[in-house]
Amino acid sequence: MKKSILSGLKILLAFTLLTGMVYPLIITGIAQAVFPRQSNGSLVSIGQKACGSELLGQEFKSDRYFWSRPSSCNYATLPSGASNWGPTSDTLRKAIEMRKADFIRSNRLPLNTVVPVEMLTASGSGLDPHISPESAELQIGRITTARHFTTAQSQQLRRLVACHIEQPQFGCLGEKRINVLQLNRDLDLLR
Amino acid sequence: MNTFIQLALFFGALILLTPVLGKYIKKVIGGEKHLLTPVFGWLERLIYRFCGVDPQQEMNWKQYLFALLWFNFFGFVVVFALQMTQAWLPLNPAKVPNTSWHLALNTAISFVTNTNWQSYSGETTMSYLTQMAALGVQNFLSAATGLAVLIALMKGLIKNTKQQLGNFWVDLTRSVIYILLPVSILFAVVLVNQGVVQTFSSYTDTTTLEGVKQVIPLGPAASQIAIKQLGTNGGGFFGVNSAHPFENPTPFSNFLEMLAILLIPAALTYTYGLFIGSKKQGWTLFGAMLIVLCIGLGVSLYAEYAANPALHITGSMEGKETRFGIVNSIIWSTSTTVASNGSVNAMHDSLSPLAGLVAMFNMMLGEVVFGGVGSGLYGMIAFVILTVFIAGLMVGRTPEYLGKKIESFEVRMALIAVLAPAVCILAFTAIAVSTHAGLAGLNNKGPHGLSEILYAFTSACGNNGSAFAGLTTNTPFYNVLLSICMLVGRFGVIIPMMAIAGSMAGKKVTPVSSGTFHTDNGMFLILLIGVIIIVGGLTFFPALSLGPILEHLLMQAGMTF
Repeated sequence: MKKSILSGLKILLAFTLLTGMVYPLIITGIAQAVFPRQSNGSLVSIGQKACGSELLGQEFKSDRYFWSRPSSCNYATLPSGASNWGPTSDTLRKAIEMRKADFIRSNRLPLNTVVPVEMLTASGSGLDPHISPESAELQIGRITTARHFTTAQSQQLRRLVACHIEQPQFGCLGEKRINVLQLNRDLDLLR
Repeated sequence: MNTFIQLALFFGALILLTPVLGKYIKKVIGGEKHLLTPVFGWLERLIYRFCGVDPQQEMNWKQYLFALLWFNFFGFVVVFALQMTQAWLPLNPAKVPNTSWHLALNTAISFVTNTNWQSYSGETTMSYLTQMAALGVQNFLSAATGLAVLIALMKGLIKNTKQQLGNFWVDLTRSVIYILLPVSILFAVVLVNQGVVQTFSSYTDTTTLEGVKQVIPLGPAASQIAIKQLGTNGGGFFGVNSAHPFENPTPFSNFLEMLAILLIPAALTYTYGLFIGSKKQGWTLFGAMLIVLCIGLGVSLYAEYAANPALHITGSMEGKETRFGIVNSIIWSTSTTVASNGSVNAMHDSLSPLAGLVAMFNMMLGEVVFGGVGSGLYGMIAFVILTVFIAGLMVGRTPEYLGKKIESFEVRMALIAVLAPAVCILAFTAIAVSTHAGLAGLNNKGPHGLSEILYAFTSACGNNGSAFAGLTTNTPFYNVLLSICMLVGRFGVIIPMMAIAGSMAGKKVTPVSSGTFHTDNGMFLILLIGVIIIVGGLTFFPALSLGPILEHLLMQAGMTF
């Protein structure tokens, strides 16, 4: 019996070393050697300066940029979070109404516009980096006005949005989407 | 259309991988020579030598259980102690403080029992050291513990009047180094390739395009996420779990993580079939599990694509990620609740009432539909024993399973295993809804509030770990009560199942005759599903009526709270 207890302690020690130290160290070694960009957070830079991570959404408030989805933590990362409002939450109902009115007003859209549902609801992570292609297209007019784009530039912008559409992975997994940070970064480069 | 392709791919991959992995696991736990014996054989022998384990020494059920309980207790002490001292220990670049005693208690029990309920957000609460050496280790060991119990039970079912069930240390060691660790290594590397972070550096500061500071949280995440999915653990490295882009960056990582939830529990049904010498028995159990899973999945998908008249939207994306969309969020929510995984890629609190109901109901069935690694199948065997017993009563014969008589002792033990968690769920929910401390943490009003509390206790008792996360549970009240639930849900099943293993091991096998009740055909499959759903359904129907069912009806009437 005593021997069994002692074995237990030793086994725990052995596995703490193996699965708690050696295993993450090996994975870190492989990751840093083979996929250094991904393992350090897929950072996006302008010149030398990191302006965020390709995978983490950011808040965009300016009329000059495409806006991300609503985030119940305002894109805070420590920690990020969701609203956890339920399907009969009155707070959620009001938030949806407000977001819809806001989106239509800010983008000067017709009142009967169907606003894509992801722009009315907050994401699970609070850091969703994507919006749907439809949501991006509805914002083009506002950005054209805010940036005083010529017709030629505005057509360039449309092409930019189109080439930022990511198709479902391998043609079938996930949804069509646009990475907002990458789109906005390229938007700044438009001449 | 895309929805159906993704569903087909998911289930196709699951069905294809089940026999492949199942056969391999059989070789590993049977001690046969296999693919990885030449690679890791030295490690296995080294561990035995270092720990003073004689792999030939057999244990009876009491010795086996005794070793298991002590081992889990030591694991608990380490996880508890590391959290309480992490501020003074190395590998804490984000300088997180020590946790409170009740959070440490809850988290330690949570990870040792394979629940991985989280009252905290990892990025602001746990140091890298705690994540790796405490939580990460238990991700492996709690899964291996579940496997060990299953192995002992299987041996008990097939042995002919021998009391010995094998050696706990051997079953544990083999499970980790030949099954959990190698698959995790492969999986973790693929996850990093997709964008999951894996580093020991501290968090990085960046400046957004609009000039705001954004801290990029980092850490050794991929290694932990691989085992959290494979070991049906589910404890996220980050607070929002697999909704976080650093835990689950792409639809492909999502596909693999979903598959990993069900992979080992599904494969074990095949292993079981091989072990007891009848693949058909294994496929029958697999079939029963798959059918229950698919019914729930269908209901959830229907509910999620339908309009919500209370919020005036259709196909709600509240709590969901754009890259996954509805279908991947719902395959996940169904898989993670049938298996006792508990990781999430969408917030269950914001699911439509019926999808939330399915998630809860899946857990209420006792986590036997695929269930946890090992624990799902040994829980399922408790239901099999009950089904055989009930069928025996119907025809007036002494029930038997695999040629061994099922007597009152086994039925009593199986009933304890099935009812202990159920009693706990209802009693504790009743306490929480009638006390101030219980109601203080609510995030939603109306029937959804009851659902939040009911979900928490269901998740803890089922050792699942997913949550209606709006409920604030990092309080002494919830941390302690949920800890008790997790202990009952784990050891309230393990102890009676080990007793069954011991008593079955001592029984003689009688040969099959014309009067034998077959447990490998469609008739048995339907009976088994019936028993599972009736026990789950009847026990919890009143509570579910007041929560999600009522909410669904009120939502249809356009009401909000």
